[in-house]
Amino acid sequence: MDFVLIAQSTADEFTRDPGSGSSGCVANDGICPDWAIDNFDRYVTPALEHIYLTVVSVGIGFAVAFLLAVLAHRQRWLIAPITGATGILYTIPSFAFFFLLLPFTGRGNTTAIIALSAYTLQIIFRNIMAGLANVPEAAKDSGRGMGMTGRQLLWRVELPLATPELIAGLRIATVSTVALATLAVFAGAGGLGDPIYADLTFKTNIILAGGLCILIALAFDLLLVGIQKLAVPWRAVRPV
Amino acid sequence: MSLAFLSSFSDAFQFIVDGQQSLTTGGREVGGPQQCWDLTMTHLEATFLALGASLLVALPPGLFLGHLGRGETFAVSFGNAGRAVPELALIAFCFAFLGAGMLPLVLALMVLGIPPLLTNAFVGMRQVDRGAVEAARGMGMSELGIVLKVELPLAVPTIMSGVRTATINIVATATIGPLIGVLTLGDFIINRNVYGDAGVLAGAILVALLAVILELSLAGIQSLLTPKGTKVRAAAGDIPTRWWRRETTRA
Repeated sequence: MDFVLIAQSTADEFTRDPGSGSSGCVANDGICPDWAIDNFDRYVTPALEHIYLTVVSVGIGFAVAFLLAVLAHRQRWLIAPITGATGILYTIPSFAFFFLLLPFTGRGNTTAIIALSAYTLQIIFRNIMAGLANVPEAAKDSGRGMGMTGRQLLWRVELPLATPELIAGLRIATVSTVALATLAVFAGAGGLGDPIYADLTFKTNIILAGGLCILIALAFDLLLVGIQKLAVPWRAVRPV
Repeated sequence: MSLAFLSSFSDAFQFIVDGQQSLTTGGREVGGPQQCWDLTMTHLEATFLALGASLLVALPPGLFLGHLGRGETFAVSFGNAGRAVPELALIAFCFAFLGAGMLPLVLALMVLGIPPLLTNAFVGMRQVDRGAVEAARGMGMSELGIVLKVELPLAVPTIMSGVRTATINIVATATIGPLIGVLTLGDFIINRNVYGDAGVLAGAILVALLAVILELSLAGIQSLLTPKGTKVRAAAGDIPTRWWRRETTRA
């Protein structure tokens, strides 16, 4: 039976190691607060790996999407092909993408990061373009009236005014990436998917690792809202 | 870097077309068109059941709240919260609490489908030009008529983009269905010890193809459902005056 093989094929050794006094609960796959407290340190490394994967993936995704947006802003005809190409990357499930990359990059962080950052391109690119499109014509005109060149106009007027949309895109991309990074375990890159995959029947484990994931997503979201408040104090932060 | 990846891909292609011997259970034939077809059908079954269920749950409240213009915070923050749900933890959660099978999988996938559908249904209805709604009301249309004949057609592009996001999420996550006992295309990927590297790559190719085909079909459906009038207006706004148009203004 194929299904049985899954439980045996877990890469990482994750023994439950019943803690003192809570062994009955642990053996019954229950929800065991005592075990959670005793074993919390097991989740620290996966959580750090998870944060690392997210930051690097969104960072690379942002850098590439930003370059593409600046390019497409100058050469308007590029918008359609870039939207199409990033759309396909967005559509390909990350889980499948990991394994499509295996023959090229093997198992590990590189594979996971390429797939995760490819997923963010579409979201960030679209938001930067929307932000640039929303810049009031009057603001651009006054820039031109002050004798700004095209480059100065872009960096001093258009991009600063597009910051709220840009950060909105980063928030969506970051929160989605934190959620998707649980699958990075299948690419051999660890993260919080590691303990989840290692023990799928243990409720305490699932709730603890899943809860940490949601907390990390929430923390990143709040961080980005804070950055937006500092960077663009003249505009209220809208719900994305 | 060598060209080894070429042979990996040709092995995967062979796996889909001809199949191969199983690596574990000695002699059993795995892969091939028949198994690929079966797994694809199970994958689609889980996807459409979950999509249908989330449409039933999410559309009525989304459209209703959007029509009334109430509950914006709820509808929008629900969509935000939905993005933070970790896919693997969700599947594992349903497995640990409900056990293996199609129903727990569909429930898990439904949770991923509902947020984008609800938010986009709300936003789509909400952003319909108030002038158009008032004009319809002034012509004596009933509230139901306004919803069905004015707001809904104009909200189609936004609602459909929600449907596309939901479908992408669902079809992607259905791949890890084998973890919860449903043999979707992810079976080739997750059970590497049965299917080998060729099976893993074949599974990844099939999943990616399936997702892209679904996305393109939905884009086609969206284009069919969008009222022609709104498309013409959008196009006229986007495309600059063409050189041959100038000729038409001759006296």
